[in-house]
Amino acid sequence: MNKRMLTQNAAFGMFWLAGIVAVLIMAFVVGYIFVKGFPGISLDFFTTSPRGGLSGDGGIYSTVVTTFYMIVVTLTFATPLGVGAAIYLTEYSANTENKVVRKLVTVARFGVETLAGVPSIVFGLFGYALFVSALNFGFSILSASLAGACLIIPVIIRTTEEALKSVPSGYREGSLALGANRWETTWKVVLPAAFRGISTGILLSAGRIVSETAIFFVTLGGSYRVPHSLMSGGRTMALHVYYLAMETRAFDKAMSTAAVLVGLIIVMNLTINMITSKIAAK
Amino acid sequence: MTSGTRRTGLEKIMKTVLLISALASVLIVLLIFVFTLKEAMPAFREIGVWKMLSGTTWRPGNGEFGILAMIAGSGLVTLGAIIIGVPLALGTAVFLSEIAPEWIVRVVRPSIELLAGIPSVVYGLFGMVIIVPLVRMIPAPGNAGFGLLSASIVLAVMVLPTIANISEFAIRSVPRGYKEGSLALGATKWETISRVMIPAARPGIISAVVLGLGRALGETIAMIMVIGNSVILPTAMTDNPLSIFLSRARTLTGNIAVEISYATGVHESALFATGVVLFILIMLVNSSARFLLKKGAQ
Repeated sequence: MNKRMLTQNAAFGMFWLAGIVAVLIMAFVVGYIFVKGFPGISLDFFTTSPRGGLSGDGGIYSTVVTTFYMIVVTLTFATPLGVGAAIYLTEYSANTENKVVRKLVTVARFGVETLAGVPSIVFGLFGYALFVSALNFGFSILSASLAGACLIIPVIIRTTEEALKSVPSGYREGSLALGANRWETTWKVVLPAAFRGISTGILLSAGRIVSETAIFFVTLGGSYRVPHSLMSGGRTMALHVYYLAMETRAFDKAMSTAAVLVGLIIVMNLTINMITSKIAAK
Repeated sequence: MTSGTRRTGLEKIMKTVLLISALASVLIVLLIFVFTLKEAMPAFREIGVWKMLSGTTWRPGNGEFGILAMIAGSGLVTLGAIIIGVPLALGTAVFLSEIAPEWIVRVVRPSIELLAGIPSVVYGLFGMVIIVPLVRMIPAPGNAGFGLLSASIVLAVMVLPTIANISEFAIRSVPRGYKEGSLALGATKWETISRVMIPAARPGIISAVVLGLGRALGETIAMIMVIGNSVILPTAMTDNPLSIFLSRARTLTGNIAVEISYATGVHESALFATGVVLFILIMLVNSSARFLLKKGAQ
Protein backbone atom coordinates (compact mmCIF):
# COMPACT_ATOMS: atom_id res chain seq x y z
CA MET A 1 0.00 0.00 0.00
CA ASN A 2 1.47 3.36 -0.97
CA LYS A 3 1.56 6.60 1.00
CA ARG A 4 -1.38 8.16 -0.84
CA MET A 5 -3.65 5.28 0.07
CA LEU A 6 -2.43 5.41 3.69
CA THR A 7 -3.34 9.12 3.87
CA GLN A 8 -6.71 8.28 2.40
CA ASN A 9 -7.38 5.56 4.93
CA ALA A 10 -6.37 7.83 7.81
CA ALA A 11 -8.63 10.62 6.53
CA PHE A 12 -11.56 8.31 5.91
CA GLY A 13 -11.10 6.89 9.40
CA MET A 14 -11.59 10.39 10.81
CA PHE A 15 -14.77 10.91 8.78
CA TRP A 16 -16.20 7.58 9.89
CA LEU A 17 -15.42 8.65 13.44
CA ALA A 18 -17.26 11.96 12.94
CA GLY A 19 -20.35 10.18 11.65
CA ILE A 20 -20.27 7.64 14.47
CA VAL A 21 -19.77 10.35 17.11
CA ALA A 22 -22.78 12.28 15.77
CA VAL A 23 -24.97 9.18 16.13
CA LEU A 24 -23.54 8.39 19.57
CA ILE A 25 -24.29 11.92 20.82
CA MET A 26 -27.90 11.54 19.70
CA ALA A 27 -28.13 8.08 21.26
CA PHE A 28 -26.59 9.25 24.52
CA VAL A 29 -28.76 12.38 24.92
CA VAL A 30 -32.00 10.59 24.01
CA GLY A 31 -31.05 7.40 25.87
CA TYR A 32 -30.12 9.26 29.03
CA ILE A 33 -33.35 11.30 29.06
CA PHE A 34 -35.43 8.14 28.49
CA VAL A 35 -33.62 6.00 31.05
CA LYS A 36 -33.83 8.69 33.73
CA GLY A 37 -37.29 9.87 32.72
CA PHE A 38 -39.32 6.69 32.18
CA PRO A 39 -39.42 5.47 35.82
CA GLY A 40 -41.37 8.61 36.79
CA ILE A 41 -43.94 8.23 34.04
CA SER A 42 -47.25 6.58 34.88
CA LEU A 43 -50.90 7.17 34.04
CA ASP A 44 -51.10 9.44 37.10
CA PHE A 45 -48.28 11.55 35.72
CA PHE A 46 -50.46 12.46 32.75
CA THR A 47 -53.75 12.88 34.61
CA THR A 48 -52.72 15.04 37.57
CA SER A 49 -51.66 18.67 37.38
CA PRO A 50 -48.49 20.04 38.99
CA ARG A 51 -49.32 21.00 42.57
CA GLY A 52 -46.90 23.88 42.63
CA GLY A 53 -44.77 24.50 45.67
CA LEU A 54 -41.10 23.76 45.89
CA SER A 55 -41.13 19.96 45.72
CA GLY A 56 -42.38 19.75 42.14
CA ASP A 57 -45.17 17.40 43.20
CA GLY A 58 -47.85 16.23 40.82
CA GLY A 59 -47.94 15.36 37.15
CA ILE A 60 -48.09 17.29 33.90
CA TYR A 61 -51.80 17.30 33.02
CA SER A 62 -52.25 21.08 32.82
CA THR A 63 -49.02 21.50 30.82
CA VAL A 64 -50.21 18.95 28.27
CA VAL A 65 -53.48 20.87 27.92
CA THR A 66 -51.64 24.19 27.56
CA THR A 67 -49.27 22.72 24.97
CA PHE A 68 -52.25 21.45 22.98
CA TYR A 69 -54.00 24.86 23.13
CA MET A 70 -50.79 26.60 22.09
CA ILE A 71 -50.41 24.34 19.04
CA VAL A 72 -54.02 24.82 17.93
CA VAL A 73 -54.19 28.60 18.45
CA THR A 74 -50.74 29.32 16.96
CA LEU A 75 -51.45 27.21 13.88
CA THR A 76 -54.83 28.94 13.48
CA PHE A 77 -53.03 32.27 13.19
CA ALA A 78 -50.02 31.11 11.18
CA THR A 79 -51.37 28.54 8.71
CA PRO A 80 -53.65 30.78 6.58
CA LEU A 81 -51.00 33.50 6.42
CA GLY A 82 -48.15 31.11 5.65
CA VAL A 83 -50.01 29.03 3.07
CA GLY A 84 -51.45 32.21 1.48
CA ALA A 85 -47.99 33.74 1.20
CA ALA A 86 -46.59 30.57 -0.36
CA ILE A 87 -49.45 30.44 -2.89
CA TYR A 88 -48.77 34.01 -3.92
CA LEU A 89 -45.03 33.43 -4.21
CA THR A 90 -45.29 30.24 -6.29
CA GLU A 91 -48.65 30.36 -8.12
CA TYR A 92 -49.31 34.04 -8.72
CA SER A 93 -45.95 35.69 -9.16
CA ALA A 94 -44.05 33.06 -11.15
CA ASN A 95 -43.05 34.18 -14.66
CA THR A 96 -44.68 37.56 -14.23
CA GLU A 97 -43.50 40.43 -16.44
CA ASN A 98 -44.99 43.06 -14.14
CA LYS A 99 -42.13 45.02 -12.58
CA VAL A 100 -44.09 46.13 -9.51
CA VAL A 101 -45.07 42.54 -8.71
CA ARG A 102 -41.47 41.44 -9.14
CA LYS A 103 -40.28 44.11 -6.70
CA LEU A 104 -42.96 43.09 -4.21
CA VAL A 105 -41.91 39.46 -4.48
CA THR A 106 -38.28 40.37 -3.82
CA VAL A 107 -39.36 42.37 -0.77
CA ALA A 108 -41.60 39.53 0.43
CA ARG A 109 -38.81 36.96 0.06
CA PHE A 110 -36.41 39.20 1.95
CA GLY A 111 -39.02 39.42 4.71
CA VAL A 112 -39.41 35.65 4.94
CA GLU A 113 -35.65 35.07 5.04
CA THR A 114 -35.14 37.74 7.68
CA LEU A 115 -38.01 36.48 9.81
CA ALA A 116 -36.56 32.97 9.66
CA GLY A 117 -33.32 34.28 11.19
CA VAL A 118 -34.82 36.31 14.04
CA PRO A 119 -33.84 34.70 17.37
CA SER A 120 -36.82 33.51 19.39
CA ILE A 121 -36.11 35.72 22.40
CA VAL A 122 -36.59 38.75 20.13
CA PHE A 123 -40.03 37.40 19.16
CA GLY A 124 -40.62 37.05 22.88
CA LEU A 125 -39.51 40.61 23.57
CA PHE A 126 -41.71 41.89 20.75
CA GLY A 127 -44.67 39.82 21.94
CA TYR A 128 -44.13 41.09 25.47
CA ALA A 129 -44.06 44.74 24.34
CA LEU A 130 -46.93 44.58 21.85
CA PHE A 131 -49.34 41.84 22.95
CA VAL A 132 -48.71 41.52 26.69
CA SER A 133 -48.25 45.22 27.47
CA ALA A 134 -49.43 47.60 24.74
CA LEU A 135 -52.53 45.67 23.67
CA ASN A 136 -53.10 44.55 27.25
CA PHE A 137 -53.62 40.86 26.46
CA GLY A 138 -51.50 40.09 29.53
CA PHE A 139 -49.52 36.90 29.98
CA SER A 140 -51.88 34.67 28.07
CA ILE A 141 -52.29 31.96 25.47
CA LEU A 142 -53.39 34.70 23.05
CA SER A 143 -50.20 36.78 23.51
CA ALA A 144 -47.93 33.74 23.40
CA SER A 145 -49.50 32.23 20.29
CA LEU A 146 -49.41 35.52 18.39
CA ALA A 147 -45.68 35.78 19.18
CA GLY A 148 -45.25 32.08 18.40
CA ALA A 149 -46.96 32.53 15.02
CA CYS A 150 -44.10 34.84 13.95
CA LEU A 151 -41.69 31.95 14.60
CA ILE A 152 -43.50 29.39 12.46
CA ILE A 153 -44.79 31.50 9.56
CA PRO A 154 -41.44 31.16 7.69
CA VAL A 155 -41.47 27.39 8.29
CA ILE A 156 -44.96 27.05 6.82
CA ILE A 157 -44.14 29.30 3.86
CA ARG A 158 -41.01 27.32 2.95
CA THR A 159 -42.54 23.87 3.22
CA THR A 160 -45.73 24.91 1.42
CA GLU A 161 -43.68 26.43 -1.41
CA GLU A 162 -41.79 23.14 -1.77
CA ALA A 163 -45.09 21.24 -1.81
CA LEU A 164 -46.64 23.53 -4.43
CA LYS A 165 -43.55 23.37 -6.64
CA SER A 166 -43.70 19.58 -6.68
CA VAL A 167 -47.18 19.63 -8.26
CA PRO A 168 -46.64 18.95 -12.00
CA SER A 169 -47.31 22.04 -14.14
CA GLY A 170 -49.55 19.93 -16.39
CA TYR A 171 -52.19 19.98 -13.62
CA ARG A 172 -52.32 23.77 -13.76
CA GLU A 173 -52.20 23.98 -17.54
CA GLY A 174 -55.02 21.42 -17.82
CA SER A 175 -57.21 23.30 -15.39
CA LEU A 176 -56.50 26.71 -16.94
CA ALA A 177 -57.12 25.32 -20.43
CA LEU A 178 -60.55 24.13 -19.27
CA GLY A 179 -61.41 27.73 -18.47
CA ALA A 180 -60.79 27.81 -14.72
CA ASN A 181 -59.12 30.95 -13.47
CA ARG A 182 -55.98 31.08 -11.32
CA TRP A 183 -57.75 30.91 -7.96
CA GLU A 184 -60.06 28.08 -9.03
CA THR A 185 -57.05 26.18 -10.32
CA THR A 186 -55.15 26.75 -7.08
CA TRP A 187 -58.07 25.90 -4.80
CA LYS A 188 -59.46 22.88 -6.62
CA VAL A 189 -56.42 21.38 -8.34
CA VAL A 190 -53.06 22.50 -6.94
CA LEU A 191 -53.84 22.64 -3.19
CA PRO A 192 -55.43 19.16 -3.05
CA ALA A 193 -52.43 17.74 -4.92
CA ALA A 194 -50.02 19.46 -2.52
CA PHE A 195 -52.00 18.57 0.60
CA ARG A 196 -49.58 15.99 1.99
CA GLY A 197 -46.55 18.21 1.57
CA ILE A 198 -48.33 21.10 3.24
CA SER A 199 -49.39 18.90 6.13
CA THR A 200 -45.76 17.94 6.85
CA GLY A 201 -44.98 21.67 7.12
CA ILE A 202 -47.81 22.15 9.57
CA LEU A 203 -46.66 19.16 11.60
CA LEU A 204 -43.11 20.53 11.60
CA SER A 205 -44.46 23.84 12.89
CA ALA A 206 -46.41 22.07 15.63
CA GLY A 207 -43.10 20.50 16.65
CA ARG A 208 -41.50 23.93 16.85
CA ILE A 209 -44.27 25.11 19.18
CA VAL A 210 -43.85 22.02 21.36
CA SER A 211 -40.08 22.68 21.58
CA GLU A 212 -40.14 26.45 21.96
CA THR A 213 -39.39 27.83 25.40
CA ALA A 214 -37.83 31.30 25.17
CA ILE A 215 -40.84 33.03 23.57
CA PHE A 216 -43.31 31.49 26.00
CA PHE A 217 -41.03 32.17 28.96
CA VAL A 218 -41.68 35.91 28.50
CA THR A 219 -45.25 35.86 27.14
CA LEU A 220 -47.16 32.93 28.65
CA GLY A 221 -46.78 33.70 32.35
CA GLY A 222 -45.94 30.22 33.65
CA SER A 223 -49.07 29.47 35.70
CA TYR A 224 -49.40 25.73 36.31
CA ARG A 225 -53.22 25.82 36.39
CA VAL A 226 -55.37 24.41 33.59
CA PRO A 227 -56.12 27.29 31.17
CA HIS A 228 -59.82 28.04 30.71
CA SER A 229 -59.74 30.68 27.97
CA LEU A 230 -57.52 32.42 25.45
CA MET A 231 -56.73 35.03 28.08
CA SER A 232 -55.44 32.48 30.62
CA GLY A 233 -51.75 32.19 31.23
CA GLY A 234 -50.16 28.78 31.41
CA ARG A 235 -47.03 26.74 30.88
CA THR A 236 -46.27 24.34 28.09
CA MET A 237 -44.44 21.06 28.77
CA ALA A 238 -41.15 22.62 27.63
CA LEU A 239 -41.64 25.59 29.93
CA HIS A 240 -42.51 23.17 32.74
CA VAL A 241 -39.15 21.42 32.27
CA TYR A 242 -37.45 24.81 32.64
CA TYR A 243 -39.29 25.73 35.84
CA LEU A 244 -38.74 22.27 37.33
CA ALA A 245 -35.01 22.37 36.64
CA MET A 246 -34.26 26.01 37.40
CA GLU A 247 -36.71 26.98 40.13
CA THR A 248 -37.95 23.86 41.86
CA ARG A 249 -34.77 21.86 41.25
CA ALA A 250 -36.99 18.80 40.86
CA PHE A 251 -34.73 17.03 38.38
CA ASP A 252 -36.60 13.69 38.44
CA LYS A 253 -39.84 15.33 37.36
CA ALA A 254 -37.95 17.47 34.85
CA MET A 255 -36.42 14.32 33.32
CA SER A 256 -39.80 12.59 33.08
CA THR A 257 -41.38 15.63 31.42
CA ALA A 258 -38.38 15.89 29.08
CA ALA A 259 -38.79 12.21 28.18
CA VAL A 260 -42.44 12.81 27.23
CA LEU A 261 -41.35 15.84 25.20
CA VAL A 262 -38.63 13.94 23.33
CA GLY A 263 -40.97 10.99 22.77
CA LEU A 264 -43.53 13.33 21.23
CA ILE A 265 -40.89 14.91 18.96
CA ILE A 266 -39.75 11.44 17.80
CA VAL A 267 -43.33 10.44 16.95
CA MET A 268 -43.80 13.70 15.02
CA ASN A 269 -40.52 13.20 13.11
CA LEU A 270 -41.49 9.63 12.21
CA THR A 271 -44.90 10.79 10.96
CA ILE A 272 -43.30 13.51 8.84
CA ASN A 273 -40.83 11.01 7.36
CA MET A 274 -43.65 8.58 6.64
CA ILE A 275 -45.70 11.19 4.79
CA THR A 276 -42.63 12.41 2.90
CA SER A 277 -41.66 8.92 1.73
CA LYS A 278 -45.26 8.31 0.63
CA ILE A 279 -45.07 11.47 -1.46
CA ALA A 280 -41.78 10.31 -2.95
CA ALA A 281 -43.26 6.90 -3.77
CA LYS A 282 -46.15 8.40 -5.71
CA MET B 1 -72.51 36.22 -17.40
CA THR B 2 -73.18 37.18 -13.75
CA SER B 3 -71.52 33.97 -12.58
CA GLY B 4 -68.58 34.95 -14.80
CA THR B 5 -68.20 38.33 -13.10
CA ARG B 6 -68.54 36.73 -9.67
CA ARG B 7 -65.75 34.35 -10.59
CA THR B 8 -63.48 37.17 -11.76
CA GLY B 9 -64.43 39.13 -8.67
CA LEU B 10 -63.36 36.27 -6.39
CA GLU B 11 -60.16 35.90 -8.38
CA LYS B 12 -59.35 39.59 -7.83
CA ILE B 13 -60.16 39.48 -4.13
CA MET B 14 -58.04 36.35 -3.61
CA LYS B 15 -55.14 37.87 -5.48
CA THR B 16 -55.15 40.84 -3.10
CA VAL B 17 -55.59 38.67 0.00
CA LEU B 18 -52.71 36.42 -1.06
CA LEU B 19 -50.47 39.39 -1.82
CA ILE B 20 -51.16 40.77 1.66
CA SER B 21 -50.24 37.45 3.28
CA ALA B 22 -47.06 37.34 1.19
CA LEU B 23 -46.14 40.76 2.54
CA ALA B 24 -47.07 39.85 6.12
CA SER B 25 -43.53 38.63 6.88
CA VAL B 26 -42.02 41.97 5.89
CA LEU B 27 -44.63 43.77 7.97
CA ILE B 28 -43.85 41.59 10.98
CA VAL B 29 -40.11 42.20 10.60
CA LEU B 30 -40.70 45.96 10.35
CA LEU B 31 -43.09 45.88 13.29
CA ILE B 32 -40.57 43.97 15.41
CA PHE B 33 -37.76 46.33 14.53
CA VAL B 34 -39.77 49.53 15.03
CA PHE B 35 -41.38 48.35 18.25
CA THR B 36 -38.17 47.10 19.83
CA LEU B 37 -36.31 50.23 18.77
CA LYS B 38 -39.05 52.48 20.11
CA GLU B 39 -38.95 50.75 23.48
CA ALA B 40 -35.16 50.93 23.47
CA MET B 41 -35.00 54.68 22.70
CA PRO B 42 -35.30 55.94 26.31
CA ALA B 43 -32.29 53.80 27.30
CA PHE B 44 -30.25 54.90 24.30
CA ARG B 45 -31.12 58.53 25.04
CA GLU B 46 -30.61 58.51 28.80
CA ILE B 47 -27.60 56.23 28.99
CA GLY B 48 -26.08 56.76 25.57
CA VAL B 49 -25.44 54.13 22.92
CA TRP B 50 -21.69 54.08 23.33
CA LYS B 51 -21.82 54.02 27.10
CA MET B 52 -24.11 50.99 26.95
CA LEU B 53 -21.99 49.14 24.42
CA SER B 54 -18.69 49.80 26.20
CA GLY B 55 -19.87 49.67 29.82
CA THR B 56 -18.74 46.62 31.79
CA THR B 57 -21.05 46.97 34.79
CA TRP B 58 -24.71 46.08 34.68
CA ARG B 59 -26.35 47.16 37.93
CA PRO B 60 -29.95 48.16 37.21
CA GLY B 61 -30.38 49.18 40.86
CA ASN B 62 -27.57 51.74 40.50
CA GLY B 63 -28.59 52.91 37.08
CA GLU B 64 -25.58 51.23 35.44
CA PHE B 65 -26.43 49.53 32.15
CA GLY B 66 -23.26 48.41 30.37
CA ILE B 67 -23.73 45.34 28.16
CA LEU B 68 -20.12 44.71 27.16
CA ALA B 69 -19.94 41.71 29.52
CA MET B 70 -22.96 40.18 27.78
CA ILE B 71 -21.53 40.90 24.33
CA ALA B 72 -18.32 39.16 25.44
CA GLY B 73 -20.34 36.28 26.91
CA SER B 74 -22.32 35.74 23.70
CA GLY B 75 -19.18 36.11 21.59
CA LEU B 76 -17.05 33.71 23.62
CA VAL B 77 -19.69 31.01 23.97
CA THR B 78 -20.34 31.17 20.22
CA LEU B 79 -16.61 30.96 19.52
CA GLY B 80 -16.35 27.95 21.82
CA ALA B 81 -19.30 26.24 20.15
CA ILE B 82 -17.81 26.83 16.70
CA ILE B 83 -14.39 25.48 17.74
CA ILE B 84 -15.93 22.33 19.19
CA GLY B 85 -18.83 21.90 16.77
CA VAL B 86 -17.45 22.79 13.33
CA PRO B 87 -14.91 19.94 12.93
CA LEU B 88 -17.53 17.40 13.97
CA ALA B 89 -20.22 18.94 11.78
CA LEU B 90 -18.01 19.21 8.69
CA GLY B 91 -16.65 15.71 9.26
CA THR B 92 -20.21 14.41 9.39
CA ALA B 93 -21.13 16.37 6.25
CA VAL B 94 -18.22 14.94 4.23
CA PHE B 95 -18.93 11.48 5.63
CA LEU B 96 -22.59 11.62 4.59
CA SER B 97 -22.03 13.12 1.16
CA GLU B 98 -18.93 11.24 -0.03
CA ILE B 99 -18.00 8.27 2.11
CA ALA B 100 -20.85 6.57 3.94
CA PRO B 101 -22.61 3.64 2.25
CA GLU B 102 -26.31 4.19 1.63
CA TRP B 103 -27.51 2.15 4.61
CA ILE B 104 -25.26 4.07 7.01
CA VAL B 105 -26.62 7.36 5.64
CA ARG B 106 -30.07 6.05 6.51
CA VAL B 107 -28.97 5.74 10.15
CA VAL B 108 -26.89 8.90 10.50
CA ARG B 109 -29.20 11.36 8.79
CA PRO B 110 -32.30 10.66 10.95
CA SER B 111 -30.04 10.87 14.02
CA ILE B 112 -28.99 14.37 13.04
CA GLU B 113 -32.61 15.25 12.25
CA LEU B 114 -33.54 14.15 15.74
CA LEU B 115 -30.71 16.23 17.25
CA ALA B 116 -32.20 19.22 15.44
CA GLY B 117 -35.64 18.44 16.84
CA ILE B 118 -34.70 18.06 20.50
CA PRO B 119 -36.03 21.12 22.37
CA SER B 120 -33.41 23.51 23.69
CA VAL B 121 -34.77 23.18 27.21
CA VAL B 122 -33.95 19.46 27.04
CA TYR B 123 -30.38 20.27 25.98
CA GLY B 124 -30.23 22.69 28.91
CA LEU B 125 -31.42 20.02 31.31
CA PHE B 126 -28.95 17.51 29.89
CA GLY B 127 -26.20 20.11 30.25
CA MET B 128 -27.11 20.74 33.89
CA VAL B 129 -27.06 17.08 34.93
CA ILE B 130 -24.25 15.69 32.71
CA ILE B 131 -21.97 18.38 31.25
CA VAL B 132 -21.80 20.77 34.23
CA PRO B 133 -20.73 18.08 36.75
CA LEU B 134 -18.08 16.87 34.28
CA VAL B 135 -16.69 20.38 33.75
CA ARG B 136 -16.74 20.92 37.51
CA MET B 137 -14.10 18.17 37.82
CA ILE B 138 -11.52 20.38 36.09
CA PRO B 139 -9.36 21.66 38.94
CA ALA B 140 -9.35 25.47 38.98
CA PRO B 141 -10.16 27.91 41.77
CA GLY B 142 -13.75 29.11 41.55
CA ASN B 143 -14.75 26.60 38.85
CA ALA B 144 -18.40 25.81 39.54
CA GLY B 145 -19.06 23.87 36.33
CA PHE B 146 -21.61 26.42 35.20
CA GLY B 147 -19.89 28.65 32.67
CA LEU B 148 -18.66 29.22 29.14
CA LEU B 149 -17.18 25.74 28.59
CA SER B 150 -20.35 23.88 29.58
CA ALA B 151 -22.41 26.29 27.51
CA SER B 152 -20.09 25.93 24.49
CA ILE B 153 -20.31 22.13 24.60
CA VAL B 154 -24.12 22.20 24.76
CA LEU B 155 -24.27 24.81 22.01
CA ALA B 156 -21.86 22.83 19.79
CA VAL B 157 -24.32 19.92 19.76
CA MET B 158 -27.21 22.29 19.06
CA VAL B 159 -25.59 23.88 15.99
CA LEU B 160 -24.26 20.56 14.64
CA PRO B 161 -27.41 19.78 12.58
CA THR B 162 -27.54 23.25 10.99
CA ILE B 163 -23.89 23.19 9.92
CA ALA B 164 -23.84 19.52 8.90
CA ASN B 165 -27.04 19.71 6.80
CA ILE B 166 -26.15 22.83 4.84
CA SER B 167 -22.54 21.70 4.26
CA GLU B 168 -23.69 18.28 3.10
CA PHE B 169 -26.03 19.96 0.64
CA ALA B 170 -23.19 22.21 -0.57
CA ILE B 171 -20.88 19.25 -1.18
CA ARG B 172 -23.62 17.28 -2.93
CA SER B 173 -24.31 20.23 -5.24
CA VAL B 174 -20.78 20.16 -6.70
CA PRO B 175 -21.18 19.03 -10.34
CA ARG B 176 -20.44 15.32 -10.87
CA GLY B 177 -18.00 16.14 -13.64
CA TYR B 178 -15.54 17.70 -11.18
CA LYS B 179 -15.28 14.48 -9.25
CA GLU B 180 -15.16 12.23 -12.30
CA GLY B 181 -12.50 14.42 -13.90
CA SER B 182 -10.32 14.31 -10.82
CA LEU B 183 -10.68 10.54 -10.39
CA ALA B 184 -10.00 10.00 -14.11
CA LEU B 185 -6.76 11.94 -13.76
CA GLY B 186 -5.61 9.33 -11.25
CA ALA B 187 -6.31 11.19 -8.00
CA THR B 188 -7.38 9.05 -5.05
CA LYS B 189 -10.82 9.51 -3.52
CA TRP B 190 -9.34 11.49 -0.64
CA GLU B 191 -7.33 13.74 -2.94
CA THR B 192 -10.51 14.36 -4.91
CA ILE B 193 -12.46 15.23 -1.77
CA SER B 194 -9.82 17.45 -0.22
CA ARG B 195 -8.58 19.24 -3.33
CA VAL B 196 -11.63 19.31 -5.60
CA MET B 197 -14.91 18.75 -3.78
CA ILE B 198 -14.31 20.78 -0.60
CA PRO B 199 -12.77 23.79 -2.39
CA ALA B 200 -15.66 23.78 -4.87
CA ALA B 201 -18.19 23.66 -2.02
CA ARG B 202 -16.32 26.23 0.08
CA PRO B 203 -18.82 29.16 -0.20
CA GLY B 204 -21.64 26.84 0.85
CA ILE B 205 -19.62 25.41 3.72
CA ILE B 206 -18.61 28.86 4.97
CA SER B 207 -22.20 30.07 4.88
CA ALA B 208 -23.23 26.93 6.76
CA VAL B 209 -20.79 27.84 9.53
CA VAL B 210 -21.99 31.46 9.53
CA LEU B 211 -25.64 30.35 9.76
CA GLY B 212 -24.65 28.09 12.67
CA LEU B 213 -23.04 31.12 14.26
CA GLY B 214 -26.30 33.06 13.93
CA ARG B 215 -28.20 30.19 15.50
CA ALA B 216 -25.70 30.06 18.36
CA LEU B 217 -25.96 33.80 19.06
CA GLY B 218 -29.74 33.51 19.26
CA GLU B 219 -29.96 30.54 21.63
CA THR B 220 -31.54 31.48 24.94
CA ILE B 221 -32.98 28.86 27.25
CA ALA B 222 -30.20 26.26 27.11
CA MET B 223 -27.69 29.05 27.73
CA ILE B 224 -29.49 30.38 30.82
CA MET B 225 -29.49 26.87 32.25
CA VAL B 226 -25.75 26.15 32.01
CA ILE B 227 -23.79 29.39 31.69
CA GLY B 228 -24.19 30.67 35.26
CA ASN B 229 -25.71 34.02 34.25
CA SER B 230 -23.30 36.19 36.30
CA VAL B 231 -22.71 39.58 34.72
CA ILE B 232 -18.92 39.56 34.67
CA LEU B 233 -16.43 40.19 31.94
CA PRO B 234 -14.96 36.68 31.58
CA THR B 235 -11.28 36.44 32.54
CA ALA B 236 -8.81 33.58 32.83
CA MET B 237 -9.04 31.88 36.23
CA THR B 238 -5.55 30.36 36.27
CA ASP B 239 -2.25 31.01 34.45
CA ASN B 240 -3.64 29.14 31.48
CA PRO B 241 -5.48 31.64 29.24
CA LEU B 242 -7.87 28.87 28.15
CA SER B 243 -9.28 28.87 31.67
CA ILE B 244 -11.31 31.90 30.59
CA PHE B 245 -13.80 29.30 29.38
CA LEU B 246 -14.31 28.11 32.96
CA SER B 247 -15.63 31.56 33.84
CA ARG B 248 -19.31 32.17 34.43
CA ALA B 249 -20.92 34.54 31.96
CA ARG B 250 -24.23 35.82 30.67
CA THR B 251 -25.38 36.05 27.06
CA LEU B 252 -27.32 38.92 25.47
CA THR B 253 -30.29 36.59 25.06
CA GLY B 254 -30.10 35.44 28.68
CA ASN B 255 -29.95 39.02 29.90
CA ILE B 256 -33.31 39.72 28.28
CA ALA B 257 -35.01 36.51 29.36
CA VAL B 258 -33.86 36.57 32.99
CA GLU B 259 -34.85 40.16 33.75
CA ILE B 260 -37.70 41.21 31.46
CA SER B 261 -40.51 39.91 33.68
CA TYR B 262 -39.76 42.28 36.57
CA ALA B 263 -37.97 45.19 34.86
CA THR B 264 -39.55 48.65 34.71
CA GLY B 265 -38.57 52.11 33.43
CA VAL B 266 -35.03 52.57 32.10
CA HIS B 267 -34.14 49.04 33.14
CA GLU B 268 -36.89 47.62 30.90
CA SER B 269 -35.83 49.96 28.10
CA ALA B 270 -32.20 48.82 28.49
CA LEU B 271 -33.35 45.23 27.99
CA PHE B 272 -35.07 46.23 24.75
CA ALA B 273 -31.80 47.93 23.79
CA THR B 274 -30.07 44.59 24.42
CA GLY B 275 -32.64 43.09 22.03
CA VAL B 276 -31.86 45.69 19.37
CA VAL B 277 -28.12 44.94 19.62
CA LEU B 278 -28.84 41.21 19.31
CA PHE B 279 -31.21 41.73 16.39
CA ILE B 280 -28.68 43.85 14.46
CA LEU B 281 -25.85 41.43 15.23
CA ILE B 282 -27.84 38.45 13.92
CA MET B 283 -29.08 40.37 10.87
CA LEU B 284 -25.45 41.12 9.98
CA VAL B 285 -24.40 37.50 10.45
CA ASN B 286 -27.33 36.08 8.47
CA SER B 287 -27.05 38.53 5.59
CA SER B 288 -23.35 37.77 5.23
CA ALA B 289 -24.25 34.09 5.05
CA ARG B 290 -26.82 34.84 2.34
CA PHE B 291 -24.29 36.97 0.48
CA LEU B 292 -21.78 34.10 0.54
CA LEU B 293 -24.40 31.64 -0.67
CA LYS B 294 -25.32 33.88 -3.58
CA LYS B 295 -21.69 34.41 -4.47
CA GLY B 296 -21.18 30.66 -4.38
CA ALA B 297 -24.17 30.09 -6.67
CA GLN B 298 -22.70 32.33 -9.37
